[in-house]
This record gives sequence, structure tokens and C-alpha cells, in this order.
Amino acid sequence: MSPQGDFRGVTQLTMSDIKIKITDREGLLHEVDAPTDMNMNLMEVVRSYELAPEGTIGICGGMAMCASCQCYIKSNHTLPEKSDDEEAMLSEAFFVEENSRLGCQIHMTPELDGLEVELAPEEA
Amino acid sequence: MIKTDILIIGAGPTGLFAVFEAGLLQLKCHLIDALPQPGGQCAEIYPKKPIYDIPGFPEVLAGELVDNLMEQIKPFQPGFTLGERAETIEKLEDGSFLVTTNKGTKHQAPIVAIAGGLGSFEPRKPLMKNLSDYEDNGVAYMIKEPEIYRGKKVLIAGGGDSALDWSIFLTEVADEVTLVHRRNEFRGALDSVEKVQELKNQGKIHLITPAEVVTLHGEGKLEKVTVRKTDSDEEVDVVVDNFIPLFGLSPKLGPIADWGLEIEKNAIKVNNALDYQTNIPGIYAIGDVNTYPGKLKLILCGFHEATLMCQSAYQRIHPDKKYVMKYTTVGGVIGFDGSKKEAPKAVVKAID
Repeated sequence: MSPQGDFRGVTQLTMSDIKIKITDREGLLHEVDAPTDMNMNLMEVVRSYELAPEGTIGICGGMAMCASCQCYIKSNHTLPEKSDDEEAMLSEAFFVEENSRLGCQIHMTPELDGLEVELAPEEA
Repeated sequence: MIKTDILIIGAGPTGLFAVFEAGLLQLKCHLIDALPQPGGQCAEIYPKKPIYDIPGFPEVLAGELVDNLMEQIKPFQPGFTLGERAETIEKLEDGSFLVTTNKGTKHQAPIVAIAGGLGSFEPRKPLMKNLSDYEDNGVAYMIKEPEIYRGKKVLIAGGGDSALDWSIFLTEVADEVTLVHRRNEFRGALDSVEKVQELKNQGKIHLITPAEVVTLHGEGKLEKVTVRKTDSDEEVDVVVDNFIPLFGLSPKLGPIADWGLEIEKNAIKVNNALDYQTNIPGIYAIGDVNTYPGKLKLILCGFHEATLMCQSAYQRIHPDKKYVMKYTTVGGVIGFDGSKKEAPKAVVKAID
């Protein structure tokens, strides 16, 4: 598998990879390897595997200024607290649920091994 | 009819820099942008964010970068059609293009450079069943003429600067102003938040938080909305003439997608081996709006693409003219406004 994408940086499969389960917007489940040593976030992992079409995810580039990377957290992992920016953006986003987070604000760390997420629908 | 050499669609950093490179080749530019000010995303979404990868600028605020670009291109007197979206394109008999905006403004040029970034910014519409039934009958997504709200009962939804600022402004015009937001906290300039607090205390703004508008009612026009308090699930009806959801803007490729250009991954395919031309000769796409193998959506790449595009455009416009690229250290910058910038001449003086 060779992850590609136009984020800056290079993805390689290494010992520091974790496994993540991502359900795309069509309902398809993907189990992917995500590196924890590349300063990547969940939105970038989704883009690197092209699990959502370019231009429909990570539109603001990861500044918590759009909600195109919104996802629902399905597993019981403890995630870092939401920043004020993320909280504010989610308060204006659509399709928001209790378990909504912005993928761009979730950095890949070894503790997130086995994380299960589902991408929120695209805003019309 | 506005006539120019290169018609640039999108006034973000890439489009603005194209004006400079075109100017060095004595080509005139005109820019169209759907936003009311130049700068694109840099001005609209993140003017206060620092950028660290502009060559020669260890750190520059996005807004400052736009100001600098505007200063840099000033000698080349670009024209602007702002607040209008490029809607249709037509190829004329002489091979030039006619681009018409949503407001009917017509532009003619032999070269069109699409520097549209993510597309034009459209208001985000809340997801409500019968919302579209009331568009122009009480529901609006932006405030164009505040006077139409004189004496009206207006409800604004949203928690950002525009929701705060318009709520403040409309207290002077409207009969009643209600502001609904899903949280108690607002993200906006501190003085705007404090002003809303003050107006709320004076009873001039009716504030409902944390809450959201859930249903619209009215025969033919909006008469009432149902607002649900999200902490208690309690629902209240508010009699209103106008509902203005201000949930920010989101980019859409929009009408450009129907211009017959080859689209891939929500971007326009271009020939990156040569000149960033699209499948339609004479139409180029530069910056974030284009795609090619290895594409990176970076401002610095947009600058490069704009530069090569201008060289190719020059050759299309003047197929018979001989030309070689000249350094600004050699040729200086000769503006269309008569200004001239050049390196100071070294003093030649004998030493006795």
C-alpha cells in the first residue's frame, strides 16, 4: 500500500504506525495504518488514503476553520480536549452529534491505536 | 464592456501576483472576485494567521501578504470587479473570450486565467426542510441593503463576527432584533461581544442561547420561527419578518465547473509541463484551483504558476514578437501609471 496525497511530508509504513478504522461517507469501512511520527492528523490520514474526494475534506487546510473533516468517534478512546476554535467551529457546523470532532484537530499518537471513526456527511 | 489583456478570475494571492508578472510584459489585467475585497482566503478566512513558507518572509500575516501584493501591483493599475461571480464564458469570433458575471458585468479578453482557489465563497445554509421556500420571502443569507429591515422584526442566527456586527447594526434600524446561537460563547472581536452584551442589558437585543432555529412558519412569507433551547429542549415561537442565518461562507467551484474544462478532484486539469493551460486554448488555471501530477496547493507554487502562465499568454497575444525574460534588477519596474522603479546607478567618480 502506498499512501499518497498532497499534504506536505512523506508517509511511510514504520514501526510507529497505528491501526485506525475509518468508515467513509458511503458507509464503507477501511482499516488503515497511520504513522504517529509524521505530525499527521486524522484529516490528513483520510486524505492520504483518498477516503473522501479531494476538495471535500480539509478545505481550510486544518485550521479548524471549516467543518469539512468532521467525524464521529465510535470507539472509547480518550481524546485530547477540544480547543476553543474546534468547539466554536463545531457549534456552527451541521450534522453535529455528541461524539463529533474535527479530524484536523486529532493528532496521531500511539494511544489512538485501534481508533474507530466515521466521516460526517458532506455539507451540501 | 470591460476590455483587458488577461482576465483573471479570483483575486487571491496567485491572481494578484499574476498582475505583476503580466505588467512586466506590458500586459494589462482585470480581476473578478465574488468576495467584496481582494485577497481571497487570505483576506476572508484567515487574515490574522501567520504564514511561514513565503520565500523571503520568515513570517507574514495572511492579511499583510495581501496588502503587500496590492502595493506591489499598484503600478500596473489592475481593474477589479468585486462582489460578483464569474458566471458564463463565451468564445467570440476573434478568438477572445467574453465572461459575464452574475450581475451582468461583461468582460472581454484574449486570455482568461482562472485563479479561483477553492471556488467562490457561498453562504452556508442551515439544514432546514422548508428553508428555500422562504428565500427572498423573509430568509436571506447575507445583508445587502440594511434599509429593507427598517421597522422589521429580525432574527439573526450565528456566533461569529458577522452575526454580532449585524445584530448591533440592526438595533438602529429594525423594530426588534433577536440573536440565536448554539452556544453561550461567541467567537468574534471582543468589543463586538461586549457591545452585544450591553445592548442585551438595555433590552435592544433579545438573546437566545444556547439554542437553534428548528422550524419556519408562514403562508407565502415568513411569519414565525420555532427556536429550541438546546439545554432544556424547550421550544419557543418567535414572531419575525426576517430570518438571517449567518453561518459563514464555504467555497464552491460553482459555474466554472460548467465551462467545458476538464475537472479532476474538484480542480481544473492543466498542462504543468508547459504553461498551466487548460484543455481550452487561451484559458489557463493557476494556484489552488488547478491540478496536475504532484500538485501542491501552496501560495508559493501559485506564484510560480502565475509567472509561467504570463509568459505563455504573452506569446499567444503577440505570436510574432521576439521576447526574452528580463530581470527586474536589470529592467526595473515600469508602471502603466508612469512610475519607474530601478536600481540606483553606481556612481563613477575618479579618486584623485
